[in-house]
Amino acid sequence: MNHDTYDDSYIREILNGVKTIAMVGASPVNVRPSYFAFKYLAQRGYDMIPVNPGQVGKSLVGKPFVASLRDIDRPIDMVDIFRNSEAALPLVEEALALNPLPKVIWMQLGVRNDEAAAKAEAAGLKVVMNRCPKIEYGRLSSEISWMGVNSRTLSSKRAPVPTQGMRLSLNRVSVGGGGTNAADRAARNKNDPA
Amino acid sequence: MTDRLPGFATLAIHAGAQPDPTTGARATPIYQTTSFVFNDADHAASLFGLQAFGNIYTRLGNPTNAVLEERVAALEGGTAALAVASGHAAQVVTFQALLQPGDEFIAARQLYGGSINQFTHTFKSFGWNVVWADADDIATFERAVSPRTKAIFIESLANPGGSVTDIEAISAIARKAGVPLIVDNTLASPYLIRPIDHGADIVLHSATKFLGGHGNSIGGVIVDAGTFDWSRDNKYPILSEPRPEYHGIKLQETFGNFAFAIACRVIGLRDLGPALSPFNAFMILTGIETLPLRMQRHCDNAKAVAEWLSNHPAVAAVNYSGLPGNRYNNLARKYSPKGAGAVFTFSLKGGYDAGVDLVSNLKLFSHLANVGDTRSLVIHPASTTHSQLTDDAKTKAGAGPDIVRVSIGLEDKEDIIADLDQALRA
Ligand SMILES: Cc1ncc(COP(=O)(O)O)c(C=O)c1O
Repeated sequence: MNHDTYDDSYIREILNGVKTIAMVGASPVNVRPSYFAFKYLAQRGYDMIPVNPGQVGKSLVGKPFVASLRDIDRPIDMVDIFRNSEAALPLVEEALALNPLPKVIWMQLGVRNDEAAAKAEAAGLKVVMNRCPKIEYGRLSSEISWMGVNSRTLSSKRAPVPTQGMRLSLNRVSVGGGGTNAADRAARNKNDPA
Repeated sequence: MTDRLPGFATLAIHAGAQPDPTTGARATPIYQTTSFVFNDADHAASLFGLQAFGNIYTRLGNPTNAVLEERVAALEGGTAALAVASGHAAQVVTFQALLQPGDEFIAARQLYGGSINQFTHTFKSFGWNVVWADADDIATFERAVSPRTKAIFIESLANPGGSVTDIEAISAIARKAGVPLIVDNTLASPYLIRPIDHGADIVLHSATKFLGGHGNSIGGVIVDAGTFDWSRDNKYPILSEPRPEYHGIKLQETFGNFAFAIACRVIGLRDLGPALSPFNAFMILTGIETLPLRMQRHCDNAKAVAEWLSNHPAVAAVNYSGLPGNRYNNLARKYSPKGAGAVFTFSLKGGYDAGVDLVSNLKLFSHLANVGDTRSLVIHPASTTHSQLTDDAKTKAGAGPDIVRVSIGLEDKEDIIADLDQALRA
């Protein structure tokens, strides 16, 4: 599978389908991107679990930290990796030892590990790399568009007023599909700096 | 399963807009307010820290402006956009995000006269140094590259000379130099040319012109293509280094492929301050809904007028790239196949005096300093828009003393031609 660009339908299906998300590398420091991505997803109704061995005993927006994926007391649908790219392989191996298996491995913006992705896909998991679930959720629901971001979606339905804990509709008409010329060029530029 | 892609006209009407959440209003409301209430202290803090999506204060963003931003980003095929008070503001905010004092950028000589002025004089006072190159001689761009070069700037269709720029060739030079290509797409609009598809990394607009299209609102837009890696060699510290005022977040790390648009908003717009009025955003948005229809008619009328002028005995030359035999005709066919725009120049056999007479004899054309209106417009650039340039620079910018510039409007083409006919006879 091509991991340079994703169809909106692929991302949409994942974000509509998962409920429980373990975020590995979540930080309790309220100015770190992992903190505000965690908080946003919790506010949008996901069952969020912060995973960070250095923070056990503390909690993040009311959710207690656990040391590792193994320590989670319930099935998880998605593992969101907020670590560096090298850390992704052992984390995927740990995720693949869980029973039941998670359905999705998601690596954050800037995180990409093709070997880890191939392992997860071979076990039947879906993989997203180098994306932020907060940005993708905000984009597909068009909540993000206050920033002038191209949501690549359209809708003629009245927009909801988002409230605490509310899941927003991600099922708008998709425009870009994900595979735009510009996105392909961005991926090429990254893989093959001039 | 692949998503279906709506066409350009659908995007021009729908992108970014959605019925209002509280009233159900279908047209985009004009959110004429300076500020927006917070839910609580935590909400306010997360908005100020760039941690949550939401509105704070209209200098930083406004829901009406946001619709315009998303619409232009969608039409250009970019990841995000920022609306600002004018085309010139778009240029200042863009370069402020890229350049440190002492840095250079390369610009084509074939530019709107106001941009030549802005780059030559005002930018110099910021320590930003323009190095000129010639869009008709691509090698001049390559030779202008230095270790201090931070960007390359061109117009897609250039004002006023009617030249067409070889965007792909210049994009290859930008890529080799490791700098972004900025394209001012004002005269083409995304209906005719989408520079991002040809290698642009940033697209700018004076929305004052064809986007708004009705000569009633000044505005500008910056579009982020999402194609440039700002952190590769730390040449763009505003994007790659921690921002002290935002708790040390790094903009590219946090915002990925729309970090440039965010940088322009949360630094340039916040601190330089050229916010667009929501009312103007509304007017420009309304204009964009008919952009594809208008732009095609502009081009069709312009071609008819250019053909008529080129057969007129008083006319020495017509510089319209849509005419066969024009030196830019091949580039126009490649980059702008639906039409070569509506702004072009011509010269009269009677020289400067005949040009001045023509302008004063016209009855339907308005004599004013703008382009991209529903109305047909005329000006003598050498004595107006380009008057601050040296004679040599005027000629190089396509605005020599014998040149008359027109922006062909949406009137019946027979009436436009009849007005020129009577004025040339008078
Ligand atoms: C090609 C081009 N770029 C930029 C501008 C500047 O735009 P504004 O007048 O909206 O500041 C103009 C205005 O004439 C223009 O024609």
